Amino acid sequence: MKFTLKIWRQKDAASKGAFETYKVENISADTSFLEMLDILNNNLVHEGKEPVAFDHDCREGICGMCSLHIDGQAHGPSQGATTCQIYMRKFEDGATITIEPWRSAAFPVIKDLVVNRSAYDQILQAGGFISVRTNSVPDANAIPIPKADADESMDAAACIGCGACAATCKNGSAMLFVAARVSSLAKLPQGRVEAARRAKAMVAKMDELGFGNCTNTGACQAECPKSISIAHIARLNREFLSAKLED
Amino acid sequence: MSCFLTKSSLGKKLVMSITGAFLVLFILFHMSMNLTAIISPDGYNAICRFLGANWYALAGTAVLALGVLVHFLYALMLTVDNYRARGKQRYAVTVTEPGVSWASKNMLVIGFIVLAGLLLHLFNFWAKMQLVEVLGGHASVVGGHTVAATDGAALIAYTFSKWYYVALYLLWFAALWFHLTHGVWSMFQTVGWANDTWYPRLKCIANVVATLVFLGFAAVVAVYFMKSCCSCCA
Repeated sequence: MKFTLKIWRQKDAASKGAFETYKVENISADTSFLEMLDILNNNLVHEGKEPVAFDHDCREGICGMCSLHIDGQAHGPSQGATTCQIYMRKFEDGATITIEPWRSAAFPVIKDLVVNRSAYDQILQAGGFISVRTNSVPDANAIPIPKADADESMDAAACIGCGACAATCKNGSAMLFVAARVSSLAKLPQGRVEAARRAKAMVAKMDELGFGNCTNTGACQAECPKSISIAHIARLNREFLSAKLED
Repeated sequence: MSCFLTKSSLGKKLVMSITGAFLVLFILFHMSMNLTAIISPDGYNAICRFLGANWYALAGTAVLALGVLVHFLYALMLTVDNYRARGKQRYAVTVTEPGVSWASKNMLVIGFIVLAGLLLHLFNFWAKMQLVEVLGGHASVVGGHTVAATDGAALIAYTFSKWYYVALYLLWFAALWFHLTHGVWSMFQTVGWANDTWYPRLKCIANVVATLVFLGFAAVVAVYFMKSCCSCCA
């Protein structure tokens, strides 16, 4: 297969970026999207040009490092998959593919397709943890947890913090990320203890960092590589509002 | 608390949700009242007399105006925040994500159309009814005829005998339909009364409310326009 790639190139955060067009040929249909970019970069290095910078790590959909807005969609055309889980068979032979970095004021571009997502780390540091002593692993049945609660908590915990939600949201809102973290802890007994403080602290940090307001479009859950539901946003709203009303 | 309602993103959304719920309830009341005009113009005028320049009607109008104002100002505040959060550099290519409604992404623009319709409506009716009474008058001249401030049925008959008002009001109701299809279920989500089981139900309720509102208001316009077109219907 062969493709024309329109890729956002930007020297650094202070520079003005622009799209550059590249051609790649002899790409197997079973090549992953990131491998295709590796091939492109290999070609660029051989030509003495600067390779395209992009984030990646585990390449199996669990680390949350890969990003990329591909043909108008965060993580490309597949639903419930990260960029590293997309294969070139998803694209038509000869297609022109536009690749952009996450666009959100809270995620400034560092270089080319790499953005600074440390804002999510800062939100986590504000309250996305439990501070009670849990000691060693307790007996499995020591604390009974309803199966439905455990399932909901695990669904929310599937969030890999990739930033696709804020990158997709027309408002640049990080609500799905914050909601997933608040929800996964609030549904379990040990996390429940600090649920009110956590919701308030994480929302305050989210606002402080300049993320936008959720308008319930649902675009985040449509593009989330872990298909996290906006029902967790409803839970965050409940947790936050009830905590505020108790102040 | 005041700080939370003006500074926190979720606090501002709560204000949008509560004012929105209040306005939806008022719209349902207004629509029910309007339907009386189809069944009995005299009955409708009796309601108009009841809701004249009395203290309770004026208090209601003031609260309603406050509701509209707060809803609108908060919408502007939230949109400015969101515009900043999105950043200056926009995507070159965008798609509509699956399951995302057009209305949900265009609530402010639709809101402007709804507001413009509201101003037209205030000019057509409120300025010739309650405002006239507040200013000490009892009637106004409409289309060359003197119409009593409590004769709402005559104002309806006059307004919807004009095709351009019919078209503008239907456009207004259509914008309101779009606004409500997203707004009604969204206000439940914002206060946290939603989950995966209830999303289809809430969205269904939103569509039903929006459609009832559209049909209820449009029915009055249609009936009075037909009456003006066809003398045998009058």
